[in-house]
Amino acid sequence: MAVDLHKFANPARFLRISDAIFPWVSGLAVILLAIGLYMALFVSPRDYQQGDTVRIMFVHVPAAWMSMSIYVMMAVASAVGLIWKHPVADLSAKASAPIGACFTFLALVTGALWGQPMWGTYWVWDARLTSMLILFFLYLGYMALWSSFDDQSKAAKAAAILVLVGVINIPIIKFSVDWWNTLHQPASVATMEGPKIHSSILTPLLIMGVAYLALFASVFIIRVKSEILSRRLRMLQINRLQE
Amino acid sequence: MIAFWTLFLRDLKLAYRQGSTIPMTLAFFVIAVTLFPLGVGPELNILARIAPGVLWVAALLACLLTLDRLYQADYEDGTLEQLMQGPLPIEFMVLAKISAHWITSVVPLILITPIVAISLNLPTDGIWVMVLSLMIGSPVLSLIGSIGGALTVAMRRGGVLLSLLVLPLYIPVLIFGVAAVEASIGMLPVKSHLMLLGGLSLGALVVSPIASGAALRLAVE
Repeated sequence: MAVDLHKFANPARFLRISDAIFPWVSGLAVILLAIGLYMALFVSPRDYQQGDTVRIMFVHVPAAWMSMSIYVMMAVASAVGLIWKHPVADLSAKASAPIGACFTFLALVTGALWGQPMWGTYWVWDARLTSMLILFFLYLGYMALWSSFDDQSKAAKAAAILVLVGVINIPIIKFSVDWWNTLHQPASVATMEGPKIHSSILTPLLIMGVAYLALFASVFIIRVKSEILSRRLRMLQINRLQE
Repeated sequence: MIAFWTLFLRDLKLAYRQGSTIPMTLAFFVIAVTLFPLGVGPELNILARIAPGVLWVAALLACLLTLDRLYQADYEDGTLEQLMQGPLPIEFMVLAKISAHWITSVVPLILITPIVAISLNLPTDGIWVMVLSLMIGSPVLSLIGSIGGALTVAMRRGGVLLSLLVLPLYIPVLIFGVAAVEASIGMLPVKSHLMLLGGLSLGALVVSPIASGAALRLAVE
């Protein structure tokens, strides 16, 4: 009959705050995605070399930004969860992982689709592509580790250890891959930098970035909320069985 | 310190008396390398070109094979719990086991590498740098692998998950190890690559006992 009340103290507050924020964030995501996509697809100028394919950038680049930031966010959340035993922190790390993996996948796929017309091939072992792929594997490993534990609190700690080791390694991997690539094929990297960014391109890009952020926040809130509720449900079921 | 050496020698003895593990790892290493000429074709210049990478990757995979038993046997019969009750801090216990693992599972691979490298037509200068780079870089394999082994210790089929967790983290050491050998074949200075490998090893030496220790505490509690 022992419902651990203090465990719910923080999640309850989280639910209250997130319920208040959610309509705003999701609304913002929808509006900004609409504006950003319209500007990206219709308003922004065609590139004189790349033609219309340059518009893939507006989907591609913010996804790459998000994939990196979400991993860092997971690491911070995991550290908080590990040090202060904050239950929502563990849950947020867990909830963000699939979203981060999706953004990484999106960046990889759009990058491949963009690479075909521009470089003539879907995949090159360019430094950025490779480090993105490795990041994707790190996400997969993290999620696999979560799902292979029965005990959720153990899974949270194990995953936190993994993500913290991973976050130390990401700069090393990034650096080594950069370095590895420039040794072998220096020419293909330069085309990726492209021309200097003009405001007509930068504005939709930034709008898309903020839109992705808002999208992440709304999906994140839904995932954490469902996680908290399912735990509460299980707790109630266990309590009923014990009676 | 005595406890450290006792545990270290115990693990060495266990590996020695079990007998079959070391030859099997070696056999795996040789067979894995043998598959490449069969798959790629027997042209000697192509083999010489891919040899450093093939040897490093085969060493990675062979090391991975033994990692899932690093803590599991002790976990299953309760020895791990006893060790954690003992006087030795858990980080040092981890370090003793990792050192024993490196000596029993990785060093044999390094010793056999020159012979396998000759069969792949690796130039003579490259062979010594190959051995040296493995010597300096391969502790990372045991150290980072230990984190994965500790995280998956309580799982019945942790081996597959272990490789998913650990292999992405092995990438830097693979890149710098291969780069050192290729630099030596290309008559370029190899010192900086070897120093980077040394740096990776030292970094892993700091991180791994702490992370593995935390993971083991989690498994036993």
